[in-house]
Amino acid sequence: MAGKTLYDKLWDDHLVKQRDDGSALIYIDRHLLHEVTSPQAFEGLRLAGRKPWRLDANLATPDHNVPTTDRARGVEGIVDPVSRIQVETLDKNCDEFGILEFKIKDQRQGIVHVIGPEQGATLPGMSIVCGDSHTSTHGAFGCLAHGIGTSEVEHVLATQCLVQQKMKNMLVKVNGKLGPGVTGKDVVLAIIGKIGTAGGTGHAIEFGGEAIRNLSMEARMTICNMSIEAGARVGMVAVDQTTIDYVKDRPFAPKGEMRNRAIEYWKTLHSDDDAVFDKVVELEGSEIMPQVSWGTSPEMVAGVGGHVPDPEAEADPIKREGIVRALKYMGLKPNMPITEIKLDRVFIGSCTNSRIEDLREAAAVVKGRKVSPLLKQAMVVPGSGLVKVQAEQEGLDRIFLEAGLEWRDPGCSMCLAMNADKLGQGEHCASTSNRNFEGRQGFGGRTHLVSPAMAAAAAINGHFVDVREMMN
Amino acid sequence: MRALKQHKGIVAPMDRSNVDTDMIIPKQFLKSIKRTGFGPNLFDELRYLDEGKPDQDSSQRPINPDFVLNQDRYKNASVLLARRNFGCGSSREHAPWALEDFGFRVIIAPSFADIFYNNCFKNGLLPIVLEEQIVDQLFQEAEAEEGYQLAIDLEAKTVTTPSGETFGFEVDDFRRHCLLNGLDDIGVTLEDAGVIKAYEASRRETAPWLFSADQNL
Ligand code: SF4
Repeated sequence: MAGKTLYDKLWDDHLVKQRDDGSALIYIDRHLLHEVTSPQAFEGLRLAGRKPWRLDANLATPDHNVPTTDRARGVEGIVDPVSRIQVETLDKNCDEFGILEFKIKDQRQGIVHVIGPEQGATLPGMSIVCGDSHTSTHGAFGCLAHGIGTSEVEHVLATQCLVQQKMKNMLVKVNGKLGPGVTGKDVVLAIIGKIGTAGGTGHAIEFGGEAIRNLSMEARMTICNMSIEAGARVGMVAVDQTTIDYVKDRPFAPKGEMRNRAIEYWKTLHSDDDAVFDKVVELEGSEIMPQVSWGTSPEMVAGVGGHVPDPEAEADPIKREGIVRALKYMGLKPNMPITEIKLDRVFIGSCTNSRIEDLREAAAVVKGRKVSPLLKQAMVVPGSGLVKVQAEQEGLDRIFLEAGLEWRDPGCSMCLAMNADKLGQGEHCASTSNRNFEGRQGFGGRTHLVSPAMAAAAAINGHFVDVREMMN
Repeated sequence: MRALKQHKGIVAPMDRSNVDTDMIIPKQFLKSIKRTGFGPNLFDELRYLDEGKPDQDSSQRPINPDFVLNQDRYKNASVLLARRNFGCGSSREHAPWALEDFGFRVIIAPSFADIFYNNCFKNGLLPIVLEEQIVDQLFQEAEAEEGYQLAIDLEAKTVTTPSGETFGFEVDDFRRHCLLNGLDDIGVTLEDAGVIKAYEASRRETAPWLFSADQNL
């Protein structure tokens, strides 16, 4: 019999019941909640007279709607009344049901996918869900992490289980070494460019290969975060020493003898040598360039030295039509060099790229330089209150401020523009977030997905440049 | 949840691939803490020419005459015909809520994004995957003939055209069972409460650190 993949192992360890019809009940170790996808779930519980199954598995924080300035005023500081109601509703629900919540004024508040790992609430081998598609982020720890819908949030609250169907196994292997200036973000954008936004649909993706093994936890999180942009609900990286070191001493992580026991188990969380995958894709790390998205889907990417495509050159009529539509929306011409795309704003943040390493990379590029006067705004939004504190201890805030970037309070911010931070119509933004859909960052706004280093380089120049030319 | 056994309705063809959930219901409408009332803002940015805001009277807004759902012949559509990778992007369940609130019961496409596909079943919406060539054919027929209707039979797992041509589709048994009977998933799962408790007890033995988070704080 062939060996097991990491996904097979995680699946087997969480299988509560296999039903005859092919569906299964999967046990959930950790449930993260935020204000946007939970209110209707709590309401459902209340209407049915149900209680949460296991309180200590839940952890909540508001992130999508929180303002990134003037946070001392807490909930009162949320200007939009509808946003405020949503945050207040989360507070009320957590208080009523007894769920631990890092509220808006808590230093531990932040984007759910940043605070889980930061607190050690995300541990190797866990099954983790959240009513947010970027829950795949936690797969970087060798977790089975799914984004779920609101009905499933209610289901998990009430039963501690999720009804699932086993997915297929897919391996994305990045061989060799990455060049200098090439980051986890470039790797994942290159992968999506290669396999497409539906390339992983129906599959759980494991990212492996030498290039992935050499990456930090932050970079692995960036890659798993965007699995969903490749169509896969689940993305994973096998556990190794990097993972085990990262979780050490975090507040929710096991300590002492318990940690030793856990480590013994964590070390088994990798695919067996003879495991068989349904689909395998390989990339050469040395061939990956810093990436820039030019269109309205994350698969519409090019290397920074490349060009905007020419729809005429696309044989598939549905894709050609997609390119034409994207170029019209983005206000770009076929064949223009990526480096000629001019920018109005720069956003460094989101659950993809707002961790300390991301901020360090961006700061290294802007240090001693000034933001281009062509820009209307360049802002940095740390992923959590604790990331913010650490960055300030390292002096990164001063580097950003001296260069002319804004230094904000933590939250989702301009990633989806549910709070006051958004793009104006027709504005181009270099963004370290994960989605470049039409209107995502504001009505008529034009998003270009890039790494923090590339966003920083764009901020200095007012247009895209190859960040490697700015590194010495 | 509303049950769905058979359904026959007007087909609206939405000729666009990779329709994401931001497009189905833009984020400014996610601030609602209710499950209903999203219909007027379904496909908001495509449907209207101005920028949509919550709590607006949508009947007063300038509409985009080119958008399919604004054409009189499709106004009462209940079957949405779509292209590849429909429902990609964010996991927001507001997307199926909005489609359902508008009046859709069935969506047919060559492929769907996983989370969206799953969310549909929980809200009385039936997503049907048909081969690309068949979807192409349905697009042509729906565009050619005003009032074009499809008949869907979930029991028999078939889609039938006005000319009597029938296509079979696949759907997993559990989801089909729940949708046919309008069953609430949670109630079904709680019938297994004992099995869940037994699993928990054994995990407490083998992986106790997963249960001690509260003590570590
Ligand atoms: S940062 Fe963006 S993608 Fe991440 S959870 Fe927040 S809104 Fe979603």
